[in-house]
Amino acid sequence: MKTLIRNGKIVNPRAGKSFVGSILVEDGVVTKIAAGDMNAAGAEAIDASGLSVVPGLIDMHVHFRDPGFEYKEDIVSGLEAAAAGGFTAVCTMPNTSPSCDNIGTIEYQLKKARTEGNGVRLFPVAAASKGLKGETMAPIGELKEAGAVAISDDGKPISDSSLLLRVMQYAATFGLTYLSHAEDLSLAKGGQMNESYFSTLYGLPPIPSVAESIVVARECLMAQYLGLPVHICHVSTKAAVDTIAHFKKLGVKVTAETAPHYLTLTDEAVGSYDTNTKVNPPLRSEDDRKALLAALKDGTIDAIATDHAPHHERDKNVEFNTAPSGMVGLETAVPLLLKTVQDGHISFDRFVELFTAGYGILGIEGGVIAEGKRADLTLIAPDYQWTIDKNMFLSRSRNTPFHGFHVTGAVFRTIVGGKTVFSRTY
Amino acid sequence: MKHLLGIENLNRDQILHILETAVSFEEINQRQIKKVPTLKGISVINFFAEPSTRTRMSFEVAEKRLSADTYNIAVSGSAITKGETLADTALNLQAMSPDCLVIRHAVSGTPHMLAQIMDCSVVNAGDGFHEHPTQALLDAYTIQKKKKRLDGLKIALLGDISHSRVARSNIHLLTKTGSQVVLAGPATMMPRDVEKLGVTVTNDPKEAVKDADVVMMLRIQEERESGLMYPDRREYAKFFCLDDKLLAHARPDAIVMHPGPANRGVEIEDHIMDGDRSVILEQVANGVAVRMAVLYLLLGGSNS
Ligand SMILES: [Zn+2]
Repeated sequence: MKTLIRNGKIVNPRAGKSFVGSILVEDGVVTKIAAGDMNAAGAEAIDASGLSVVPGLIDMHVHFRDPGFEYKEDIVSGLEAAAAGGFTAVCTMPNTSPSCDNIGTIEYQLKKARTEGNGVRLFPVAAASKGLKGETMAPIGELKEAGAVAISDDGKPISDSSLLLRVMQYAATFGLTYLSHAEDLSLAKGGQMNESYFSTLYGLPPIPSVAESIVVARECLMAQYLGLPVHICHVSTKAAVDTIAHFKKLGVKVTAETAPHYLTLTDEAVGSYDTNTKVNPPLRSEDDRKALLAALKDGTIDAIATDHAPHHERDKNVEFNTAPSGMVGLETAVPLLLKTVQDGHISFDRFVELFTAGYGILGIEGGVIAEGKRADLTLIAPDYQWTIDKNMFLSRSRNTPFHGFHVTGAVFRTIVGGKTVFSRTY
Repeated sequence: MKHLLGIENLNRDQILHILETAVSFEEINQRQIKKVPTLKGISVINFFAEPSTRTRMSFEVAEKRLSADTYNIAVSGSAITKGETLADTALNLQAMSPDCLVIRHAVSGTPHMLAQIMDCSVVNAGDGFHEHPTQALLDAYTIQKKKKRLDGLKIALLGDISHSRVARSNIHLLTKTGSQVVLAGPATMMPRDVEKLGVTVTNDPKEAVKDADVVMMLRIQEERESGLMYPDRREYAKFFCLDDKLLAHARPDAIVMHPGPANRGVEIEDHIMDGDRSVILEQVANGVAVRMAVLYLLLGGSNS
């Protein structure tokens, strides 16, 4: 089977400068890339003129609720949402029920993605500790064998530093990196929003930003001591950014991600008491938001991940303190990040790097358009103006604070292994 | 005005209008027959999802004196304990077409949530640490009665500001009317960046009370994080209790207030609470008139 993507602006920062060109895909593999138009007899042609053609995006931090809470999201709907968001690969976090601390769960997830999914690649992240309890190590070697690409207790930190040290060492034995949800639970306990003038004004129990940075510092010190890599999930504070920058300068192998909502909203938004603004870590202050924007540019933050956390409306339509944390993110990430390009914070090349850095961090093939490599491609219309409508989501959940936002830039087509898994007409 | 959710979104004129309206209701409360037909046929649901004696009684008295039909729901008698969500309870209440819901809830923002779900007026009778607007209005009413004004006063607010909805509503109200509010208490009880609300903060109660026209004490909430906010009641009393020595720094004509219920001997000495500078029981009496005014303005304004 042949497909020809014609006359798109190919933005492929790991390979060089962007240019208008065409890409020939045969049997799921890129076989030819050339400037300008191309002729290919018998190929299905996709007109990409006016579109940016970029390496398929990866979201290295999503929560699909399968197994356990399929009414919020299952693997099939999650992969549909990923495709609609321009993602050709996702890494699923282990806090399912049962959790991903056993090969049965991993095998179930991989099989369901393979047999019932739309083709978007799913890479499970396994639990670091048994039952995500932070007490004893999960069978990390076996989980890796079953297909896990990293380990994490996401949703929770490993509070016990002695266990953290051993988990990082043991995971390294099998070439896996620990992904840290950095939160000091004693500081965050009972908190509902970032501690700031706005928590004072809204009268909601506060979470101090130091609850994040104190654990980020510990993880960096641990990585430095062990000479091992560590990855910090969903960085939300200036203090965490400064800490990561400090340790990167020292040569510590720390990588970091942040999520679009931390770049778009601040804790002021919680004043609506809309439980869709409740997320963990919480929306932070304007100073934090600015520091994150600068960190995208200077490389302190390596990746964008959505922390896609679907919750059913009935779970969210409760008193603020009782609502679960999290918001869906897959289908709004690209336009929200394009806003940072439009506002001049980052270049479009950097945008592509941020959305494909996960491949390198986790050692997954992808992130570059090259002859002989997988044809995972995302086609983006950078100037297309539209309004986010949660009712159009392919995700099973609608918990977004971005409903009704006017945005510029949309995913036009998502291609995995040469096969179109999502397309939008306009 | 359809709802009373907080003082934050009221302007000075709206506040003063409520207080003026309360004057005529105070007069009714002094009559032998304390009942007027103003809200006849209007139904008001009092939904107190947190223990309350004073505020719940005060609302009920206010409603009955206005001849409204009142219905009380306590959490123990509601479907909430059977696992129904609050949103579903609200929809069911809505189906019975009430005119007003008076809601007390431990979670900040819950009255706002109900105001979006229901068609009726919603009165916030205290939500979490957020607001308690009728308490601030009755406090202001009491201050105005005693001091003949609400501007240019120095008001000391002492104690646990972090966990106090009374403090937040009073800060909004008194700064809007042009008085100076000074907060004092241990730093553990001061919420972050509270100065941005237009108040002055000090750790020294003497400094706050110095030349104050009004000394307002807040309840120490023992049930919250005890041992983390302050060591114990004994030490708290030693440094922060309102006693004669502390009160001597205030103006000679200063009044002493407390929203109740008070911890005698912890945040306020008995003889000050019961003394002639205390207006604590007048606050309670004025509460009925102020709540009558609020209900009248929300529910009966067009009939008269
Ligand atoms: Zn997390």
